[in-house]
Amino acid sequence: MTQINVRVDGASYSDDVEPRTLLVHYLREQLGKVGTVVGCDTSNCGACTVHLDGESVKSCTVLAVQADGSEVTTIEGIAEGGELHPMQKAFHEKHGLQCGYCTPGMIMASIDLLKNNPDPSESEIREGIEGNLCRCTGYVNIVRAVQQAAGEMSSTAGAQA
Amino acid sequence: MIPASFAYARPTTVDEALQAIAAGGEDVKIMAGGQSLIPVMRLRLAAPETVVDLTKVTELRGVREDGDSLVIGAMTTHSDILRDPLVARYGKLIAEATETVADPAVRHRGTFGGALAHADPAGDLPAVALALDAEFVIAGPGGARRSVPASAFFVDYLTTALEEGELLVEVRVPKLGEGWGVRYEKFNRVAQAWSIVAVAAAVRREGSTIAEARIGLTNMGSTPLRATATEQALVGADVSLETVTAAAAQAAEGTEPSSDLNAQADYRQHLARVLTGRAVRAAAGL
Amino acid sequence: MTLTDEPTTAEAPAKEVGNARLRKEDARLITGKTTWTDNMVLPGMLHMAFLRSPVAHATISHLDVSAAKDRPNVVAVFTGQDFKDEQGTIPCAWPVTPDMVNPGHPSIAVDTVNHVGEAVAIVVARTRTAAVDAVEAIDVDYENLPVVLDMEEAVKDGADLVHASTSSNTSYHFVFDAGEAGTGSDTEAAFRDAEVTVSRRFVQQRLIPAFMEPRSAVVGVQGDNFTLWSATQIPHILRVMGALTTGIPEHKLRVVAPDVGGGFGGKLQVCPEEILALLVARRLGKPVKWTETRSESLMTAHHGRDQIQYIDVAARKDGTVTGLRVRLLADMGAYLRLITPGVPALGAFMFPGIYKFPAYRFECDGVFTNKVPTDAYRGAGRPEATFAIERIMDELAVELDMDPMELRRKNWIGAEEFPFTTVAGLEYDSGDYEQATQAALELLGYDELRAEQKQRRESGDPVQLGIGISTFTEMCGLAPSRVLGSLSFGAGGWEQASIRMLPTGKVEVVTGSTPHGQGHETAWSQIVADELGVPFEDVEVLHGDTAISSRGLDTYGSRSLVVGGTAVVKAAEKVVAKARKIAAHLLEASEDDLEFSGGTFSVKGTPGAGLGIQEIALAIFAAHDYPEGIEPSIDAEAAFDPVNFSFPHGTHLCAMEVDTETGFVKIRKYASVDDIGTIVNPIIVEGQMHGGLAQGIAQALYEEAIYDADGNLTTGTFVDYLLPSAADLPTFHTGNTVHAATSNPLGAKGVGEAGCIASTPAVVNAALDAVRHLGVSDIRMPLTPERVWRAIHQGGDGGDRAAEGSNAYGGARTTESGIEEAAQ
Repeated sequence: MTQINVRVDGASYSDDVEPRTLLVHYLREQLGKVGTVVGCDTSNCGACTVHLDGESVKSCTVLAVQADGSEVTTIEGIAEGGELHPMQKAFHEKHGLQCGYCTPGMIMASIDLLKNNPDPSESEIREGIEGNLCRCTGYVNIVRAVQQAAGEMSSTAGAQA
Repeated sequence: MIPASFAYARPTTVDEALQAIAAGGEDVKIMAGGQSLIPVMRLRLAAPETVVDLTKVTELRGVREDGDSLVIGAMTTHSDILRDPLVARYGKLIAEATETVADPAVRHRGTFGGALAHADPAGDLPAVALALDAEFVIAGPGGARRSVPASAFFVDYLTTALEEGELLVEVRVPKLGEGWGVRYEKFNRVAQAWSIVAVAAAVRREGSTIAEARIGLTNMGSTPLRATATEQALVGADVSLETVTAAAAQAAEGTEPSSDLNAQADYRQHLARVLTGRAVRAAAGL
Repeated sequence: MTLTDEPTTAEAPAKEVGNARLRKEDARLITGKTTWTDNMVLPGMLHMAFLRSPVAHATISHLDVSAAKDRPNVVAVFTGQDFKDEQGTIPCAWPVTPDMVNPGHPSIAVDTVNHVGEAVAIVVARTRTAAVDAVEAIDVDYENLPVVLDMEEAVKDGADLVHASTSSNTSYHFVFDAGEAGTGSDTEAAFRDAEVTVSRRFVQQRLIPAFMEPRSAVVGVQGDNFTLWSATQIPHILRVMGALTTGIPEHKLRVVAPDVGGGFGGKLQVCPEEILALLVARRLGKPVKWTETRSESLMTAHHGRDQIQYIDVAARKDGTVTGLRVRLLADMGAYLRLITPGVPALGAFMFPGIYKFPAYRFECDGVFTNKVPTDAYRGAGRPEATFAIERIMDELAVELDMDPMELRRKNWIGAEEFPFTTVAGLEYDSGDYEQATQAALELLGYDELRAEQKQRRESGDPVQLGIGISTFTEMCGLAPSRVLGSLSFGAGGWEQASIRMLPTGKVEVVTGSTPHGQGHETAWSQIVADELGVPFEDVEVLHGDTAISSRGLDTYGSRSLVVGGTAVVKAAEKVVAKARKIAAHLLEASEDDLEFSGGTFSVKGTPGAGLGIQEIALAIFAAHDYPEGIEPSIDAEAAFDPVNFSFPHGTHLCAMEVDTETGFVKIRKYASVDDIGTIVNPIIVEGQMHGGLAQGIAQALYEEAIYDADGNLTTGTFVDYLLPSAADLPTFHTGNTVHAATSNPLGAKGVGEAGCIASTPAVVNAALDAVRHLGVSDIRMPLTPERVWRAIHQGGDGGDRAAEGSNAYGGARTTESGIEEAAQ
């Protein structure tokens, strides 16, 4: 067992974990952060995507011990003050989800995409979320959602500047 | 799935890492970004006794200049590479290939050195390193360093010149500056998939003549390969569709690619010729 | 884009049906406040992990679990011997012929294993990790038996057998002959007299549904009561079948489908693991959980499609079709699961498509092989039929040197001919194929693309362009119970709904349909808001729990809205009827003088006097003042059994670029116009179309479950079983025409499968159209770059994907006569 200290969605946790414990299993089983889900064994599907120190990672392909001393943000931690994150709002308004299983990872990946490229073209969006598989939507409305969120986030940023 | 149990070490310096590797028992796995290793461990295709995790060895992360070389720390992530101004200036071929590796989340964790030491012939960076005649700086037990050229580094399928107890520290590649054009031409069935075949090409033009050509082939054998015959045919040739096409026709010479669900060997060889033509044309500005 | 025949009627702005309501479901799904089965934790819950067979066909010669039992935190280890007397058999609800052979399907292997991945032992431990670790300590030996993989070999005399207990690998021989059924003329005569015949052998490759949420089951134990939470599409069917299989009395078994992450038919199953979770929980008296890994899912959850299709079409030289003959070999896999044998039989009635064939004969052999069973996958029988007919119509057009659309137009049912009874005996309800086609041609920009195709062809461009057509129909709204009975299906096709009027005026709608991504909570709220005149927000939709919704037949076959939605309408009508009596009483008026509009009963000709239905709900809760002779409730329940299927149709057009140097194919543009009847929620409809298109296109281009010569699944992870990402698919241009279904009051036809059914042949036809001038007449699915390249440069259909043997059957090819070839 190895002791880790980690901040997840703004709260601090201290736990003993086996080194082999995957970050996603730690989040789900020890912290009850079941909003983040597991979809595959090979890091292809991206359903488990969270932010580790501000960058998207597939939490099934990171060990919990590797998050020691780090800040993790999950789908449960992006709405602030009761307000949905613009990306969450956009997925809802553009019908960017159906069964919703890929959605937490898809939203986290999309937020990361806009952080690195605030005004992406359609093909940049498609490539930016290529590591996240959705079986329901055919992606058209996901792309639309990311476009809407990009517009909203850049205008908000502009207003603040 | 859940990996089998293992002992875990997280050194913070190269010396500590070497000690951890030495102390790790018979079956030690060095984990860089873990983006290939963790899935393999989850499927229990690998069950090492000890995992030595390099993610906290900060001295291995970063890109610097050293004369005519770019020196890339083994733990520099793919994302670091894509953001690095030196790479953008002198390592465009590396950047182009890195951009095609997996997906953004994997690129945040996966590392340059890890991808090279893993030596998957379907990986994108080994062929680039080979084309660039990269030098692999390796630290051994006790800290002694040695340097291995790319031509000697890739030994076989998933096998490199790294000996037991050794660690890849950094990779030195020549700066490709003015006059060089590059192209990484990747061919796969879906965006996220490994290359069926890919071609890394760097071409230096002097006027209307090709002065230098470096061509690496991805997934055309058990190791990355150079398209030597094509390179030789290009050097000194006029920059024209005809000469490039004729040279590219030799790209598969000496290759023995494998057959799998995505491509049989003869098709891979055909792709190597077509993609080499495309890569060289793009690199040469045709 | 929506086209209608009727002039647009001025609708009240408050009308919910037709409104693009954003989904209620999203609130929890976008914030991670979800209730996936794997999220469930019960006190004292144990975890199950399976030892699965690594060989395709063998006897278990040695099995020793003692070392695993000794592992830390292991509570129990079970084998087939432990459950052989109580596990029964996984039910098969569709014996398509009276003499169908069903060898039985144990949930856990007892003596023999018949496919890779079959359960051989179960470890039950305190943690999932401990269970998985202990599986590795089980000692097992297998004695291999001959592996049966190739259907064409398997049906030959003297072939190795999958099941020693059967006399052949053929489970059943199903025939539909229109001449014999009286729905058409003699097929043999039609071919005898034909001026032109075209025969082909097509391969429907094996697919994996690949829902994103892996299957999961949790069993809770309360005395002799059991609650099974499962990632299932069919909690109601699972309850009945689970009770019958395990012997747990039905009233002691509750099944709950909480949030379910996709199904696509793949969770339309009574899974061996669900049965085993119940058996283990009963044996130990403890709650248990099982959640599969993705590799376990790909290997052991049922697969879809997998048919060899021999199809012959007879026609006159002018293009008029005169006869259709179909013979299928359908891969059952090693066992018959819930509707394994019925999937190809369901397709039997759809091969004639939208065309007026006077003669039709269909034959299908269900064949056992040493692979995981096949069963429902989005479309279930209809994509296979649509592919075959839409592909061969193109081949006939080539044979006749006709434009493929002209050939279709010449033979399809005219708008004025509806309702139309087809040669397969189905009565198509409504539609206009010409209208949808015209709209699709415009949406695609057909003429410009044809011009570009011509230009590319003339200039010898290495990237050629093709346009593929699919004009399709399908049968939805499963189904009239009597029809299902006549097809020997083991259940009816009705659906149930009830409406509870709460004292505060809020409304609970209980539905027997079970959503897993379709948006029932939103659409049902819209329907009820209109029917009862209550605000959309005041409606809560309850589903997926047999303790709440005791009667239901669940969600599959694009049936939810058509059947389940109609049940909701019927229940609402009863609520209004009951409320009317109370309103009349309280308003001191005759019932006949009341009109109900916008949620309020008012007295005709008496402005101002009115009573809202939500107020009535409170009045009847108090029940201080209501008429004699009626019950103090306006709640109501209804079951709806449709009288006919519904028949969505549409025209799908795909423009495809083919790189002739590499074989890489890329969709340039995809346009479709579908008629799915009345649209309740346009954004949900559009989403369903997009998702269906992605899956149908993925069959054409990417997906294939491949077994090697030893019966190992070589596409056992998402590294090898390729699902397209956003970067691999184009934007889809979709539109609708609207011709209301005639078999239900909503006028809805069903949309869940349309995109998946229609798109596959459009994509393949497009690729062929791009390279037909280079001598290519067929390419096997999926259109891998290698296959396309080989077909262009080496002839044939692109060939096998593996150098070694595999289950990729010989591929599509021209046959002299499909029937004769198959009968060898």
